[in-house]
Amino acid sequence: MAKNPEHRDLFPGALEIMILQSLRLKPMHGYALVKHIKQVSENLLQVEEGSLYPALQRMLREGLLEAESGISTKGRPTRIYRLTSAGIRHLENEVVSFERMFAGFNRVLAAAKA
Amino acid sequence: MPLLGRFFRNRRYDDIAVSIQEHIDERVEELMEEGMPRTEAERTARRDFGNVTLVQERSREVWQWQRIESLLADLKHVFRRLRRSPGFAVTVVLTLAIGIGANTAVFSVLNSVLLRPLPYPDSEQLVSLHLNAPGAPGLSEFRSELRLSPSMYFTFATHNRSFQSLGIWGPGTASITGLAQPEQVNTAQISGGVLETLNVPALTGQWLTAADQDSHGLGRVMLSYGYWQRRFGGDPGVVGRTISVNAQPRVIAGVMPRGFKVLNYDFDLLVPIALDPVKEILAGFGYRGIARLRPGVSIPQANADVASLINTWMDSWSNGPGTNPHWYVNWKITPALEPLKTTMVGGIQTVLWVVMGMIAVVMLIACTNVANLLLVRADARQQELAVRSALGAGRWRIARELLVESLTLGLLGGAAGVAVAYGGLHLLTAVGPVNLPRLSEISLDGRSIAFTLILSVSSGLFFGTIPVLRYVPSRERVALLGAMRSASANRERQRGRNLLVMTQVAMALVLLIGAVLMIRTFLAMRNVDPGFSGPASLQVMRLSIPETLVGDSATVVRMQNSIVDKLAAIPGVSSVGFTASVPMSGAEPGWDQIRVEGQNYLNENAPMRLYNYVSPGYFRTAGTRLIAGRDFTWAEIYNVRPMGIVSENLARELWGSPAAAIGKRFQELPTMPWHEVVGVVQDVHENGVDQVAPATVYWPSLMMGDPSAPEKLVVRRSVYFAIRSDRAGTQAFINEMQQAVWSVNSNLPVANVNTMQDVYSDSMARTSFTLVMLAIAGAMALALGILGIYGVISYAVSQRTREIGIRMALGAKKNELVWMFVRSALVLTVVGTAVGLGAAAALMRLIRTLLFGVSPLDPVTFTVVPVVLVAAAALASYLPARRTSAVNPVEALRAE
Repeated sequence: MAKNPEHRDLFPGALEIMILQSLRLKPMHGYALVKHIKQVSENLLQVEEGSLYPALQRMLREGLLEAESGISTKGRPTRIYRLTSAGIRHLENEVVSFERMFAGFNRVLAAAKA
Repeated sequence: MPLLGRFFRNRRYDDIAVSIQEHIDERVEELMEEGMPRTEAERTARRDFGNVTLVQERSREVWQWQRIESLLADLKHVFRRLRRSPGFAVTVVLTLAIGIGANTAVFSVLNSVLLRPLPYPDSEQLVSLHLNAPGAPGLSEFRSELRLSPSMYFTFATHNRSFQSLGIWGPGTASITGLAQPEQVNTAQISGGVLETLNVPALTGQWLTAADQDSHGLGRVMLSYGYWQRRFGGDPGVVGRTISVNAQPRVIAGVMPRGFKVLNYDFDLLVPIALDPVKEILAGFGYRGIARLRPGVSIPQANADVASLINTWMDSWSNGPGTNPHWYVNWKITPALEPLKTTMVGGIQTVLWVVMGMIAVVMLIACTNVANLLLVRADARQQELAVRSALGAGRWRIARELLVESLTLGLLGGAAGVAVAYGGLHLLTAVGPVNLPRLSEISLDGRSIAFTLILSVSSGLFFGTIPVLRYVPSRERVALLGAMRSASANRERQRGRNLLVMTQVAMALVLLIGAVLMIRTFLAMRNVDPGFSGPASLQVMRLSIPETLVGDSATVVRMQNSIVDKLAAIPGVSSVGFTASVPMSGAEPGWDQIRVEGQNYLNENAPMRLYNYVSPGYFRTAGTRLIAGRDFTWAEIYNVRPMGIVSENLARELWGSPAAAIGKRFQELPTMPWHEVVGVVQDVHENGVDQVAPATVYWPSLMMGDPSAPEKLVVRRSVYFAIRSDRAGTQAFINEMQQAVWSVNSNLPVANVNTMQDVYSDSMARTSFTLVMLAIAGAMALALGILGIYGVISYAVSQRTREIGIRMALGAKKNELVWMFVRSALVLTVVGTAVGLGAAAALMRLIRTLLFGVSPLDPVTFTVVPVVLVAAAALASYLPARRTSAVNPVEALRAE
């Protein structure tokens, strides 16, 4: 799991938000999630597998996700993760608090420039 | 965990595995689509994904109840591995069980005797009124303490400002008649204040009070629980009944509860000391004092208080007209109060700490052996550990498993150890000195169990950490591990084990030196002529003739004489005599000065001499040699001839030689008649062979007391009869003795029936107990140490088979190879011995007080033990080293 120095560590909670947001679009399996985040962020963000799978299990335990047996894009059996209504609520709350945090963050940065 | 939960969880785990597998597969396909060959694509995909097992483990952990589950898994793994090597498991658990068990047993004794508070309420307030009299010659060399006189008790009790209560007491005996057979019982004579000080309420009835001690007062008695049960069947109506004590009617005031003792003294009857404040004098230093401090008063404050009262005491009392009460200034009487516990525990404290220390060292050696075994085991797993590490198992993960294994072993050993301790305690209280204080209180309690638990866990951690430090690879070493496969010897590994063996040898040496010093002490004590001979065929018994039974002194002697004759008529008896005190029985008749004719004693602080009183024939019976002169005769006794016999050391001190002493005269007080020395006997070790033999004066058993009233004779009413017979100690003989006594007077009870051998052995009990314990510890240490050496050499041989093969192929002789291994063992032993000698030299000082007739740095011991140890080590290494000669070079080289 060598860390790629180009990708900086995400702050706590960021991975969960991205997973939730991605799964809101459509249910996906693990590999698809990784690819999706990579593509959407235009290679700026890369999810580490070492963090992804424990994070998925954590969210499953908290009831934010559901897992069901499914078929991957290549036609092999895998587990498809789907957002639950609790997951949607959690995502919305988190997005609000993130936006607030970013707003504050931006103001501090702007003040520092001025 | 419930089955259903487990089922779901296992499905969950499968889900994770499936997801990850698909993840990697998909990545491989993608890479292949980009034109990468399959093998390379697979490798890249796996590398990019990282450690699959670790990711799986972390994903699973989300579902686990904290980390307990993986710990349980470790535990399951450990048990499986132990089951697969039962020999190893049993060896380790047994070693630990013995080590931990022995430690728990000794700790329980230590805890019960030294650590637990005394069985009295607020016992930390209790002190013993210990006085020192360094200025009392004769006495101070023999005994450090000056006991209290009744006048001191009156002064201290009235004027002190430090104590809630205080009292004096002493052991005694009394004849009880009128119940069943006449019986001699042990009494505690107590003044007022003793029961208030100890503050244990009566079971029924009331305490004796100060009113009881008035010689004209109530004079009631109290019963011990045991005596109450034995003689009265626990009858609650006993209070108020009258019993005959020394032929005097006494009312029973109450019964003390079960287990109550006056300090260490287990009495049958509490009897008030009869005191008359009008008639008391300064002297009469015969009682032990105890007191309860007022809250907030410290021992130094109480000492200062008592010190100021010594003057008050000399001002208030006298020894009779014409004596100077302030003469006692010469004695330099100083209070040295000590906690009552210190007095009760006495000299056994050192013994127990020494035994505890030794047993702890044995435990360390045992742990070292186990650590060695674990090292060998971890060595065998080295490949596995390396592989697991390479697969990404964290260092902590591997360390945890090794530690779980050693902790499990430790706890298993501890559990078995409790059983060993339980048995060991029974053994210990059986072989322990009979006079071990607080023996009846010894038990396994919560503190002992906590001690066992701590010991198990800490020993588990101790011997578990060593392999962890050696074998859990750091990141840098992971790569190296594979290369070690064919290495012949791994010096670093071997060094760890060598260090352990050297430590073991050093510790074993210390214990063995301690054991040998104790053996030499025991032998030295056995070589001391105690002042009597043939103790096994010397029967002693105590007999008192109370004043209420026979009033006249001369009649008492005649009665004692006829008992002597009756006893001598028993078949198999060769001689009989009696004395006021047999050596080592703890019953000292008294101390006083003597005045030698022709010397001026006006201002001199004359030394104190031990007084004893003997009948004719006593010395011959006891086997005490006459150095000069002759024994008393019965005719002289009845004629009250003023004569005496002195001990050899006293004769030399006063008159230069035993022969010169014969015919010389001495007296007790200026008003007393001169006594002529008729004989000189060898020195007798009154308080045990390791104590100085006191200068002793033997008076005839019937003497003139007050010259102004020559018809009033003084006699010893309580004496020990000594009977020389090969039948001594048999029950039939004791019965015949009892019959012989009853044929003279049927109201006479006998007590303290013993052979002199019992008395003698009891006086050596502390030494023999220490000796037995040290010998056991030393033997265990030696066995474990030798086992350690054997194991290390044997392992080295098996590991270096390849090297041996090469050497042999190159022409090395078998003897040289054997010598090579023996030499390496000898180097370890010699280094360990050197370290051990240094440690022993420092540590043996600690047991100096237990030694007798041998220096703590005894050159013989310090030479012989190392030589024996090195020889044993040579043998222990030779046996496995010999196996090298069985090595076939061809097969050895093919082995790997």
